[in-house]
Amino acid sequence: MVARVQVPQQARRGEVIEIRISVQHVMETGYRYDNRGQAIPKNVINTLSARYNGAEIFRAELGSGIAANPYLQFYARAEASGEIEFSWVDDAGERGSERVSITVIA
Amino acid sequence: MPAPARRRFLSVFASLAAGLLPIRAVRAQSDPFASLVREVTGGAPVWPGRVKVDIPLLADNGHSVPLKVSVASPMTAVDHVRSIILLSEKNPRPVIAKFHFGPGAGRAEVATRVRLNGAQRLLALAQFSDGSFWSGGAEVVVTESACLDES
Repeated sequence: MVARVQVPQQARRGEVIEIRISVQHVMETGYRYDNRGQAIPKNVINTLSARYNGAEIFRAELGSGIAANPYLQFYARAEASGEIEFSWVDDAGERGSERVSITVIA
Repeated sequence: MPAPARRRFLSVFASLAAGLLPIRAVRAQSDPFASLVREVTGGAPVWPGRVKVDIPLLADNGHSVPLKVSVASPMTAVDHVRSIILLSEKNPRPVIAKFHFGPGAGRAEVATRVRLNGAQRLLALAQFSDGSFWSGGAEVVVTESACLDES
């Protein structure tokens, strides 16, 4: 699964940074039918989490009420240089992850 | 001889009226979110305020409506928002999403895009680190609803 992540490369210590992520996914609701009249099974990204140097800063439990190609914008307090790791999983069990590094200046 | 008939008629009428009353009462106080909120909070009291839902007044297309929930909180280790739960009045699955924040989140705010099945009211609940629940909502008019039901 392709994802686009936007995190500032650099931040001052203690600064609250904006994080944006968009994952390519149909977010199938389970209420639609295909051309042969067969119900298309529900398949959404049900969990997406962000960890900053191992500590969880944000976790979202999503459902079919989230638009296709889910987009999330949230915040983190920059405390130390390191990595922010994003991971998600859909109903079919398919997993994805993305990591970005951030430099914290004094 | 007419007395028993009249009495029977009156008693039937009275029982009918009595039967109707509770239905009226239930309907009058029915809040579409009440049972849902109770399920989420486990019966804990929910206070109005501190939570703000930003959504356009009018959404042309219910398939993707930008939405932002922000909660007034200092987000320190002792006083922060633990979770935000976003509820819909008309979607077939009323719990749109649950967002959980760690102590390093910095700001209790999240923005996303939602699917909406028609014009409705949205409610966001925020659970604080002391366990209390606060809520805020917004009304949105949706011109073309997301085809959540079979179409």
